[in-house]
Amino acid sequence: MADIAPPAYRTFPIIPELKPGAMEGKGPFVAPDKINEALGFPGHLVDDWHDKAIAKMGDLLSRYRSLKVYMDACVHCGACSDKCHYFIGTQDPKNMPVARQDLMRSVYRRYFTLPGKLFPKLVGARDLTKEVLDEWFNYYHQCSECRRCSVFCPYGIDTAEVTMAAREILDSVGYGQKYANEIIGKVHKIGNNLGLPGPALNDTLEGLEEDVKDATGVDVRFPIDVKGAEVLLITPSADFFAEPHIDSLIGYAKVFHATGTSWTLSSMSSEAGNFGLFIGNYDQLRTIAMRIRQAALELGVKRIVVGECGHAWRVAYSFWNTLTGVGDGADPNDRFAQMLQKQLDHRYKQPSHICEFTWDMIQDERLVFDKSKNDKYVVTFHDSCNVARGSNMGGYPGGQFDIPRNIVRAVANNFVEMDSSTTYERTFCCGGGGGLLTDDLMDVRVKGALPRMEMLQQVKDGHGVNFMACICAICKAQFTKVLPIYGFDRKVVGGVHQLVSNAIQLGVK
Amino acid sequence: MSTLLAIFIYLSTLVFVVGLLQRIRDYAGTPAPLKIPTTPAPVTNGGVALRMVREVVFFESLFKGNLWTWVSGWLFHFSMLLVVLRHLRYFTDPVWGWVAFIQPFGIYAGITMLAGLLGLLARRIFVERIRYISTPSDILMLVLLIGIAASGLLMKFVGHPDVIMVKNYFLGLMHLSVHELPSNFVLYAHLSMVFTLLFIFPMSKLLHAPGLFFSPSRNQADNPREKRHIAPWAAKMESEK
Repeated sequence: MADIAPPAYRTFPIIPELKPGAMEGKGPFVAPDKINEALGFPGHLVDDWHDKAIAKMGDLLSRYRSLKVYMDACVHCGACSDKCHYFIGTQDPKNMPVARQDLMRSVYRRYFTLPGKLFPKLVGARDLTKEVLDEWFNYYHQCSECRRCSVFCPYGIDTAEVTMAAREILDSVGYGQKYANEIIGKVHKIGNNLGLPGPALNDTLEGLEEDVKDATGVDVRFPIDVKGAEVLLITPSADFFAEPHIDSLIGYAKVFHATGTSWTLSSMSSEAGNFGLFIGNYDQLRTIAMRIRQAALELGVKRIVVGECGHAWRVAYSFWNTLTGVGDGADPNDRFAQMLQKQLDHRYKQPSHICEFTWDMIQDERLVFDKSKNDKYVVTFHDSCNVARGSNMGGYPGGQFDIPRNIVRAVANNFVEMDSSTTYERTFCCGGGGGLLTDDLMDVRVKGALPRMEMLQQVKDGHGVNFMACICAICKAQFTKVLPIYGFDRKVVGGVHQLVSNAIQLGVK
Repeated sequence: MSTLLAIFIYLSTLVFVVGLLQRIRDYAGTPAPLKIPTTPAPVTNGGVALRMVREVVFFESLFKGNLWTWVSGWLFHFSMLLVVLRHLRYFTDPVWGWVAFIQPFGIYAGITMLAGLLGLLARRIFVERIRYISTPSDILMLVLLIGIAASGLLMKFVGHPDVIMVKNYFLGLMHLSVHELPSNFVLYAHLSMVFTLLFIFPMSKLLHAPGLFFSPSRNQADNPREKRHIAPWAAKMESEK
C-alpha cells in the first residue's frame, strides 16, 4: 500500500482533464465460488451469462421505477460530470456519473429500446459482451453509491440505483465482488460483518466496562441480551473493537448511563451495517434487516436506537419500516408490521439515531458537559454521504445536518465548518463507502478521498483544525487508513460521541 | 405534397400520443419499492409538489449543478414554451386573446431559443467532458431543434409564406380534411422537422420530460418512519413465510 501516492491537491476550482483508461483493471477481487454460493448466487460466471444478465435487467426494470426512469431520462447534459470524487481523484472519464450510468444505459438501449435495436451506433447502444461485463465489474465497483451526482441532476437520476442494479445483475450471473459478499455471508452465519462471535463480544464488553471504570471511577455498563430493556442499540460491529470507533461506543454507554436509560445490545443482531444495500439486492437487504426485527421482538424492547454508521442509518431510517416494520404507520391489516409496531413506544421516532437520542437528552438538560475537556481540539464535521443524502434526523428537512453539529457545539468549544461546497448535501464521500472499504481497492480509495482531504487541509491551514468528527463507521475506517497517506495524523478522525465521551460528566445529575 | 405531409403529421402525432401515454403508464405501473428521496427532501406531499414546481419552472437542481448549462437550457426550454404557445394561433379560430397578446414576445423567444440551443451545442463541442459523453443522437437532436428554430425565424424575417393558407391547412387537419399548403420549401422543412421531433419523442431521451415527474428521488416525501411504504411484490415476501 505504501506505493500508492496521493494525487496532488488541485488549485480551486479546476475540473480535471480526462485521462481515458486511467482506472481500467483497478477493480476489486472477484468472489470465489464458496462465498457466492453461501448467498445463493452462482459460484462463478455461468455459461449463459449473456441471456441471464439481460433477463435479470428486464426483471429489475419491471420492479424498480427508479431504474426504468433513470435509464430513459438522462439527456447527457453533464451537470453531474464533475461531481464524483472518484472522477476528480482518478480523472478516468468512466468515473463521471453519467458515463458510469451509460455503461449500463448503452446495453439498455440495445436490448430494450427500438432506436437502439435499429440504429445502435446512432444512440450509443452496444451489445453486452464479456468486455462490457468486465467493464461493469470494474467501474461499478468504483462507485460508493454516495448519491452526490443525484443532487445536481435535473431529473434526480441517482447513479447509486444504477450501480446497485449492475451489481445485482453481476451477482445473478456469478460475477460478484469478494469483499461485500464475504461480509454478507458473515452476517448470516454469525450476526455481524466482522464475524465476531457471541463469547468474544461478551469479553470485549466486559473489558470495556473495566476500562471505563479505570478511567472515570464510574460503573458504566455495556449490557447485552437483556430482556425487557427499554432501548435496543444496534451499532456497527466496528464499534466493538476498531479505533476510533470504540470511543464512540463508550460515548453512547455514558449517555445511557448518565440519563438512567435501560438499554441492551443483542448478540444475535450485533450489526447495524447492511451490505445488502451495497449489492442492491432486496432479498439480502431484507434478510439482514430481519435480524433486528427478531432481536427487538425477542428482547421486548420499546425503542430501537442506531449507532454511528452512515449506510446503516440510511437503511434504518429509510428502509427498516419497509423491510421489517421497524417504524410507525403500518396499515391496521398489516399483521407483519403491526406485530412489532404495537410493541414500540411511538412517543419516540422508530428507529432513532443515537444523535437524536443524545440531542433530546441535551435539550432536556439531562446531561452535563465540561466542554474544556475537548479544548485540545479544533473540530470540524464531515457529513457522511448516506446520512446527508439518504436519510434524515429530527423529522424536519436538514435535521440530519443540524443535530450532529448541535451536539458537537454542546460538547466542544472550537468548531469550524469546511468549505460549503463540500458539506451538507454537497458533501464528498470519504472514498471508502458503498462496499469499497477493502485493501484490493486501495488505489481508488486513496484517489477518491482527494476532495475531502483538500478541504480538510484548508481548515487545518486556516484554523488549525485537528479533529474531524463524523458519524459513520466506514468514514472512520477509511480516513484512519487514508489520512496518513495525505500527511495527516490518523487520529484526526473520530466520532461525535467520542467528543461526547470526553466531555460528559458522570454522576452529576 | 400537402397530402404526403398530412399523412406524416397524423402518423407522428399518433406515435407521439400513443407512445407517450404508454410510456407514462409504464412508469406509473412500475413500483418504487424503497424510499429514496434525495436531500433536500421535503417531509410532506405539499413539500414534494413545491419541489416539483421548482424543478420544472426553475430547473433548481441543474442551477446548482452547472450555471452555463442552466442558462442555455432554461433559455431554450422557456423560449420554446412561448414559441409553442404562440403557434396556437394556427389551431384556433378566432384566436384566443392571450395568444394574440403573446405574439410579439413569441418572436423574440424564437431568437432566444436559438441562442440557448447554440449554447448547448457549444458545450457539447467545446467542453471535453460533455464531448466525451455525447452520442451522435445528442448532437443530431440539437441540430434538429436548431433547424426548427432557424427555419421558423427564416419564415418570419425573410420569406413569409401565406399564413392564412397555413392556418387553413391545420384547421383542416383538425377536421380530417387536407387543404392546400403554400409550396414553400422552408415551411415544408420546418413542419417535417417538428413532426420528426414528435415522432422520436417517446423512444428517446426526450422522455426526460415525463421522467422527471416519476423520478423517485424527486417525487417521494421523506416520511419513511411515519408511514410504512411497501411495494406489492415485496409485500408478498411477508405472506410467504
